[in-house]
Amino acid sequence: MEQSSDTIAFYLDGREVEALPGESIWEAAKRHQENIPHLCYSEEQDYEASGNCRACMVEIEGERTLAASCVRTPSPGMKVNSASSERAQRARKGVLELLLADQPERELSHDKNSQLWHWADTLEISDSRYPEKASCSADNSHTAIAVNMDACISCQLCMQGCRDVQVNDVIGLAGRGADTKIVFDFDDAMGESTCVSCGECVQACPTGALMPKTSVNEAGVGIFEPGEKPDRKVDSICPYCGVGCQISYNIKDDKILFVEGRGGPSNKNRLCVKGRFGFDYVQHPDRLLKPLIRKEGVPKVASEAFDPATPLTHFREASWEEALALATQGFKDIRDGEGKGRGKKALAGFGSAKCSNEEAYLFQKLIRTGFGSNNVDHCTRLCHASSVAALLEGVGSGAVSASFMEVENADVAIMIGCNPESNHPVAGTFFKRAAKNGTQLVIMDPRGHSLKKHASHLLQFKPGSDVALLNAMLNVIVTEKLYKEDFIKERSLGFEQLQKHLVDYSPEAMSPLCGIAPEKIREVARLYANAKSAIIFWGMGISQHTHGTDNCRCLISLAMLTGQIGRPGTGLHPLRGQNNVQGASDAGLIPMMYPDYQKVANSDAMAAFEKLWDVELDPEPGLTVVEIMDAIAEDNISGMYIMGENPAMSDPDVQHARESLAKLEHLVVQDLFVTETAIYADVILPSSGWPEKDGTVSNTNRQVQLGKQALPTPGDTKADWWITQEIAKGMGLDWQYTHPKDVFAEMHLAMPSLNNITWERLEREASVTYPCAAPDQLGQDVVFTDDFPTDTGKATLVPAAVLSPDETPDDEYPLILSTGRVLEHWHTGSMTRRSQTLDDLEPEAVVTMNNREMNRNGFEPGDMVRVITRRGTVEVKLRVDNAVAEGNLFMPFCFAEGPANMLTNPKLDPFGKIPEFKYCAARIEHV
Amino acid sequence: MSPKPFTKMARYPMSDLIPTVQDSDQPQRRHPGKGRRKGRVNNRGRQVSPQAQTEIQALLGDRSRQRDLLIEHLHLIQDYYGHISAQHLAALAEEMKISQAEAYEVATFYAHFDIIKEGEPTPAPLTVRVCESLSCQLKGAEQVHDALLAGCDASEVRVLKAPCMGRCESAPIVEVGHNHVPNATAEQVLKLIDDNDIHPVKVNSISLDTYRASGGYEILEKCQDNRLSYEEISGVLNDSGLRGLGGAGFPTATKWKFVKQAQGPRLMAVNGDEGEPGTFKDRHYLEQDPHRFLEGMLISAWAVEADEVYIYLRDEYPHIRALLLQEIDAIEKAGLVATGKIHLRRGAGAYICGEESAMIESLEGKRGYPRQRPPYVAQVGLFNRPTLVNNVETLFWLRDILEKGADWFSSQGRNGRQGLRSFSVSGRVAKPGVHLAPAGITLEELVEEYCGGMAEGHQLKAYLPGGASGGILPASLGNIPLDFGTLEDQGCFIGSAAVVVLSDQDDMREVALNLMRFFADESCGQCTPCRNGTEKAVQIMEAKDWNLPLLDDLGQVMRDASICGLGQAASNPVQSVVKHFSADILASDGGQH
Repeated sequence: MEQSSDTIAFYLDGREVEALPGESIWEAAKRHQENIPHLCYSEEQDYEASGNCRACMVEIEGERTLAASCVRTPSPGMKVNSASSERAQRARKGVLELLLADQPERELSHDKNSQLWHWADTLEISDSRYPEKASCSADNSHTAIAVNMDACISCQLCMQGCRDVQVNDVIGLAGRGADTKIVFDFDDAMGESTCVSCGECVQACPTGALMPKTSVNEAGVGIFEPGEKPDRKVDSICPYCGVGCQISYNIKDDKILFVEGRGGPSNKNRLCVKGRFGFDYVQHPDRLLKPLIRKEGVPKVASEAFDPATPLTHFREASWEEALALATQGFKDIRDGEGKGRGKKALAGFGSAKCSNEEAYLFQKLIRTGFGSNNVDHCTRLCHASSVAALLEGVGSGAVSASFMEVENADVAIMIGCNPESNHPVAGTFFKRAAKNGTQLVIMDPRGHSLKKHASHLLQFKPGSDVALLNAMLNVIVTEKLYKEDFIKERSLGFEQLQKHLVDYSPEAMSPLCGIAPEKIREVARLYANAKSAIIFWGMGISQHTHGTDNCRCLISLAMLTGQIGRPGTGLHPLRGQNNVQGASDAGLIPMMYPDYQKVANSDAMAAFEKLWDVELDPEPGLTVVEIMDAIAEDNISGMYIMGENPAMSDPDVQHARESLAKLEHLVVQDLFVTETAIYADVILPSSGWPEKDGTVSNTNRQVQLGKQALPTPGDTKADWWITQEIAKGMGLDWQYTHPKDVFAEMHLAMPSLNNITWERLEREASVTYPCAAPDQLGQDVVFTDDFPTDTGKATLVPAAVLSPDETPDDEYPLILSTGRVLEHWHTGSMTRRSQTLDDLEPEAVVTMNNREMNRNGFEPGDMVRVITRRGTVEVKLRVDNAVAEGNLFMPFCFAEGPANMLTNPKLDPFGKIPEFKYCAARIEHV
Repeated sequence: MSPKPFTKMARYPMSDLIPTVQDSDQPQRRHPGKGRRKGRVNNRGRQVSPQAQTEIQALLGDRSRQRDLLIEHLHLIQDYYGHISAQHLAALAEEMKISQAEAYEVATFYAHFDIIKEGEPTPAPLTVRVCESLSCQLKGAEQVHDALLAGCDASEVRVLKAPCMGRCESAPIVEVGHNHVPNATAEQVLKLIDDNDIHPVKVNSISLDTYRASGGYEILEKCQDNRLSYEEISGVLNDSGLRGLGGAGFPTATKWKFVKQAQGPRLMAVNGDEGEPGTFKDRHYLEQDPHRFLEGMLISAWAVEADEVYIYLRDEYPHIRALLLQEIDAIEKAGLVATGKIHLRRGAGAYICGEESAMIESLEGKRGYPRQRPPYVAQVGLFNRPTLVNNVETLFWLRDILEKGADWFSSQGRNGRQGLRSFSVSGRVAKPGVHLAPAGITLEELVEEYCGGMAEGHQLKAYLPGGASGGILPASLGNIPLDFGTLEDQGCFIGSAAVVVLSDQDDMREVALNLMRFFADESCGQCTPCRNGTEKAVQIMEAKDWNLPLLDDLGQVMRDASICGLGQAASNPVQSVVKHFSADILASDGGQH
């Protein structure tokens, strides 16, 4: 063997071997084909050897007792005996025999193929001579996890997973001696504990004590016989949030039995409850299996009572031929007609950030080339449109400047208006782990959410006062000269103007507006500015305001003034919501941009796309989501094609949106279910779920990742790209794509961002970050190292003035209502409400309120209440949550039975055209 | 809100608009969810009531919330409320910014905390603990326990069995509240309960003034004034041959050297968790002359340049805690030590915390789980800093050695051994107690010369040379020198020199079972061989016939594969009994209870 200077030469069973620096005896032995038994030690990323099971003992010459090879590193010349040590062999067998004494019989065990049985087989131990301990009973309180602690060997892997890897801090090891037991919180039932159901413990358990309920029968017995496995394993990407966790589906009888996390760059094997347990929606009985056509004579009524389980009250089944013909005929009639509500601009399309890059690309191409206008948008408008507007204006790119994993390299991380524990749970694990390793987390949020436990600073400012707070920080940076003069000079424009503007925004002046003490503002401004590396993360708390673009401008100024961008551990990172909102936006699913953010208004760009697509394009930017709804109300738009979006739940003032949808002359909805939007459709086209198709998606980190088809398409359902192509054909376009990879190849012609990222490469590597300089190089985690992608190469600093939210509380509506998500449900709930686990965990519409506020107003947790705003009223259950500040209400918008968006204010940010979901005036009363 | 007018509506009867599902037995739903369950009315898991939060905040006052104070804060709650309710524990966790699981696992690890979950009855106002360790068992603790159980109103008094309380010379011991009763009888205890005499008896020890009058703290002051150098005193210490008297026998001067070699800042931790059954010498010395110990401690801290000193005192010695608090205050006031440099921390009923790395974990406010070694605590110890860990008695001898010279200590000894040993002698001798005797003395000599011979009517049958873990030797081996390294050939060791003398009236099978039960109770539970091994061993030894080959295999796994000394040594007594007293095993009724 080649000797390297820092390897350690030692003897393993008499032969000289080398250990790599830091390698344990166990690891070195494994590289030398000596596989030592191990139970409490997991080779997975971020798990550390704890050496407690003692199954990996080796004999080290000169030492009195044996050593656990997983925690011991060899020293030069050490003589380690493993296979050749009878004493070590006896100890290993002795340990296994002790453990087997208390295990359920193998035939009745929860996982007959567990690590424990594997090593028992390997060491040829089938029985134990030891008397057994009194067994404990099963804990079936969790809807998705079978807890059978009779199989627990106290190896602590689940605890490591829960506490060190995911930092969810639910599992503990209580008691002592033989009474030692794994507990949830205070030895509570798992289902009643603070468990967030990430399932990391299940993935880590080596004995079957923690199992997915889908892998055991009702008696808790594992469904697989020894040696038996799921039929197949297919690699994909989680379809929920923008983190883009890599997953493996384990499939039996063409059903997803359970899901495991893979070692993707953004998840390192970790998952959250949705990515772990949220896939049964594809086999939900509500699933559309045939195209539906609206029954003759059934009118569209905005306030329709509709049971999504029985769509045949309103629709009839049809063949694809009939449905497609009807769908395209309706579009053609409008496109080719004349007068009000006719013509190319009378059509619009909503694509979806839930579909693949290829599908997003095809959809916008269809709208632009087949419908003939730029009236194409998607839910990015409702999440980060203002962030993107500010970023494009400021730094020339709407994407993140650094991956969220860069938090590991940051001394300080500001998290403003984001709640990763609910919305980006796996990114949250990176933040929490970084905090444990010394990164100072500064949480700025009107809600004091759960990350605060890990924060060095919590600034619970008044809702809607972001600009006041951020300008005050900027004022401190300018006044105290904490800015980086050279950096500003070399890399930005507009500093003098900003400097002048900030004079009026002293912490003293802003403190009454934002509710944070001047000294605290100064402290945090100094902390951020003086940090070696500091990074900013934000979410919808920043963007979903009428001043969302201004909020984001301030964040850009913070980073630019202090030079906290373009280096490892620094940057600007808007946490993207949907799994493919980055990719869908990149692919041009927005009304004012072609793929890769080439402006519709730019004639060169238009010419290039006219050439690529061989068609004449509309030079005018199209309408945005809320504008389209308004255009329908004004009879300017009369036909829509909606792929996978659910504006009847997600739009602000949703009653208005529903009325618009009901008003459409021709509506084609393509989805898995009869969504609240599809109720108003003329034609519903049954599409395929993410596990049923191939495609690429781009996550919040700019990582392009490949998902593979795992399940056959059920019934007559089709992949979205296929359906869009059929519509295109019906509209007279000659499209001949045979597979998403054909589309991906065409995208390369229009999107330089995809350079060096081919389908084949993704099949090989699963994930590549863009931009990527060469086919054999990794993509860039951190961009803007030297310049910005603007005409001048410099960033532009844009001052922001303090504006009040559009609708502030008054006597009639004294409370502030903010909306958002819960951990278990995705967006409008169309998928997650149909996942048994997720719906069991969050089954009812709620509004949350502070305990003191409740007491003051005579409410009790669990009361049914009416939440009322100027837009409408909904009835929901009241939940206490002290993270919500006094005077505030918070509502998740995923519940069809209590749709929060009945209440929200549709007033738009003038730049990003994003509605103010995070602020409106409300009151509540008992039902 | 009325639906938007729809142009075609008039042409169709309204009845067509109403879905027809009402006829089916399924209720109509307007949402995709199944609604199999009800939504939560609060956040996940246990919520802390505002009342509990207020109570805990009031109790903690302005005390630091730092993580390592968890056990101290648990004591506060336990002392004040007589138990720790789930609500208080959750409030404490929130206050300290730790998870509920972390608080719970620590609280349940230690025997002196009573965690009461929602709906569980709280313990009786008064707790009486009867020592069940060997020396007390020999003196009828079981009968006292049963009599107390029968004689107490369970709603007023909780009678528990507890492990060695470090007062074995006065066995049996009963702790009433925090009043430790020597040579306890049920009648006496019942009277104390009636009188509510539940507080520790104050100790009359040598005061600071008296101690200083005889030259106390002069050596420390010389060190501090550089009139003595590290080299000088470590040289004396080295020549004296002083070894760690907590049981491991590691040369003290060498330990200093190791700690000093490690990159600072450094810390010192004093092991006052004297828990080895039969051991009470540290208590003895602290009761008599606390300043001699404190001076030794401060000299050591000076020697290794430790910034701070943590004393870990077992919770069974509340009277010494009170004494040390008082005397530490006195030396702070006298300017002998900077205020706040010495931290007195309280154990909470866990034998394992006498193991140095477990003690360090406990000082950090965690469960007492021994650490894997390497690294050793001299390199990576308390709060990951190089840490000097010394036993109380080791430090106690420092002043004498430095004053009287290395020879004074090293010249003592017998049978070729050097130094002095403080034997804690209990069991069947006429005069049990701490006997300072030459190292290397034999058991026969010790009993004859120091203990007034055997107790009346008893004949030497066997003895434990080093507490519960040091093995058992038969009377026939009463003539071997007792010291570090002299007993290993017999599968025994001297450890903390806790000698329990057994007689012809004692059943060796019962003795072995008593000791194994102790280990099973006190195993920390971290590693398989000890956690499962001690529990299996108890079961095997409770059976009528001992499965000897199985016990032998089990002992081997425990010795070879346990993480720390507890598991490695737990099978010593049973191995000894099998080896030397096979007659007892065969003759017994099986140890059935």
